[in-house]
Amino acid sequence: MEQRKNLEEDQLVAKQLLVIGGSAGSLDVLLRVLPRLKSKLQTAILIVLHRKSSAQTSLADLFCVKTKRKVKEADDKECIQPGMIYLAPADYHLLVEQDKTLAMDDSEKVNYSRPSIDVTFETAADVFTNKLTCLLLSGANNDGTEGLKRVKEMGGKVWVQDPRNAEVSQMPKNALATIEADAILEEDKMADFINLLD
Amino acid sequence: METRLLREEEITLLLQEVYDTYGYDFSNYARASLKRRITRLMVLDRFPSFAELLYKIKSDADYMKRFVEEITVNVTEMFRDPEVYKTLRQEILPLLATYPLIRIWHAGCATGEEVYSMAIVLKELNLLHKSLLYATDINPDVLEKAKRGIFPLNQMKQYTENYIQSGGKEAFSNYYAANYEYAKFDVSLTSRMIFATHNLVSDKSFNEFQLILCRNVLIYFDKDLQENVFQLFDNSLEGLGFVVLGAKETLRFSSIIKGYKQWNKEKIWRKIS
Repeated sequence: MEQRKNLEEDQLVAKQLLVIGGSAGSLDVLLRVLPRLKSKLQTAILIVLHRKSSAQTSLADLFCVKTKRKVKEADDKECIQPGMIYLAPADYHLLVEQDKTLAMDDSEKVNYSRPSIDVTFETAADVFTNKLTCLLLSGANNDGTEGLKRVKEMGGKVWVQDPRNAEVSQMPKNALATIEADAILEEDKMADFINLLD
Repeated sequence: METRLLREEEITLLLQEVYDTYGYDFSNYARASLKRRITRLMVLDRFPSFAELLYKIKSDADYMKRFVEEITVNVTEMFRDPEVYKTLRQEILPLLATYPLIRIWHAGCATGEEVYSMAIVLKELNLLHKSLLYATDINPDVLEKAKRGIFPLNQMKQYTENYIQSGGKEAFSNYYAANYEYAKFDVSLTSRMIFATHNLVSDKSFNEFQLILCRNVLIYFDKDLQENVFQLFDNSLEGLGFVVLGAKETLRFSSIIKGYKQWNKEKIWRKIS
C-alpha cells in the first residue's frame, strides 16, 4: 500500500522544469509565446517576472486566458506538477526545494528585485540539475546572470532572448557577456523550442 | 562574487553542531532558503571555506549570535499588506473591544514594525490603554531594536502610504519624531508592549491570547514544524480568538483547521471551538 502511494506521488512530480525569468519588456513576449505551447507538454514551467509589489494575482488570470495550460500563482510547499505553469508571487522570492516543492522567502531584495530571477534559477539548478532549462528574457537590470552560471555548472540548459529583438536588451546582453548560452532565441522560435522539451 | 555551492551534508553537519553547542534547532527550517542564507553569510563575512565557518561558529559564542541574526530573515515593514490592517481595524479589533483586557501576541516580530502598526490602530480605536502586546522573537538583538522603536526615516513615505491604505485617517507623522536619518516612535505606543525572546521551535505556550499574529515566519519552516507551531498557537488562543498569517501562509493543511473558520478570504482564522 505504502509503495503504491509513493508511485502515485511520483507521477505527480514534474521530471523536467523550465524557468522563465523576465523584467521590463518581457510580459508581452510571454503573452504571445504561451498561447503557442502545446497542451500536452509535461514539462512544468515557473515564471519569475519583476513587477510592482502591489500587483495581485491578476497576472495569473491574464495568462490563464492566453493558454490552455493550467496557470496559477505558486503556493508555499506546493509540489511542482507536470504540465503546470506557476507564477512567482509579488514580493516573495520563489525557491525550489530538494523534494521538488516550491518555497517562498521574503528576505532582502536581490538585484533590487523580489522576486529575483537569480534566486529561482539557482535553487532550481540545485534540484533539477540537467533536467532544467532556463530562459532569460528582456529586462533593464542584471538579474538572472548569476543564476544562469549555476544552471550551467549543474548541467542544465540556458536559453537567452536575442538582445537584438528584446524590447530592453540589458538583461539578456549582460547574461551573454558572462555565460555561453545553449541557444539565443528570437521570440518567434521560443514556443517551438519549449514544445520540444518533453 | 564566486560562491561555492554548499552541499546538503555540510548544511546538516553545521546545523548539528549549532544544536549540540548552543541548543538552537534549525533542522526543520525550510532548507532551500536556509542554504541561501548560509551561503550569503559566508560571502558577507568572507569565509574562505566551509570548514572555517564551522570552526568560527563552534568556538565563538558572539559569532553564533550573528549567525542566528543573519540566517533568520528579519525583513518587515509597517502596515504590511494594508488590507489586513484594514480588516483588523474595521472588523476584528471592534469584536475584541468588549474584553476588559485584550492580549495580543506578535510571534516572530523581528524589529517590531508590525507591533507598532498594531499599537497605532489600537490607539485610534481607543483600545490601546486596555491592550497588552506581547512581541517575541528568537533573536534578542532584533528585540532590542524593536524596543527602541526607531526606524529608518527613508521608509516613512512607504509606511505612510500603507497606513492610509489601511484606513488610517490621522497624520502619520504625528506618531514619530524625525531625527537625522531616523524616526523615533512615540513612547505612549511602546508603553503597552512586552518584549521577550521566544523560540517557536522549542519554547512552550506562555499565555492565552485573543489575537495571534505570525506573518511570514512559517514560510521558513517545513511542514512538520509548521504543524507544531499551529498546535502551539491553538494552545495559546482563547475560544473565538483570531490567528493572522502572512499572504502566502495558510492554516488549511493543519490538523487544527477543524476548530477554525477562515475570515472571508483573508489570511485570518477564528477559533470556533
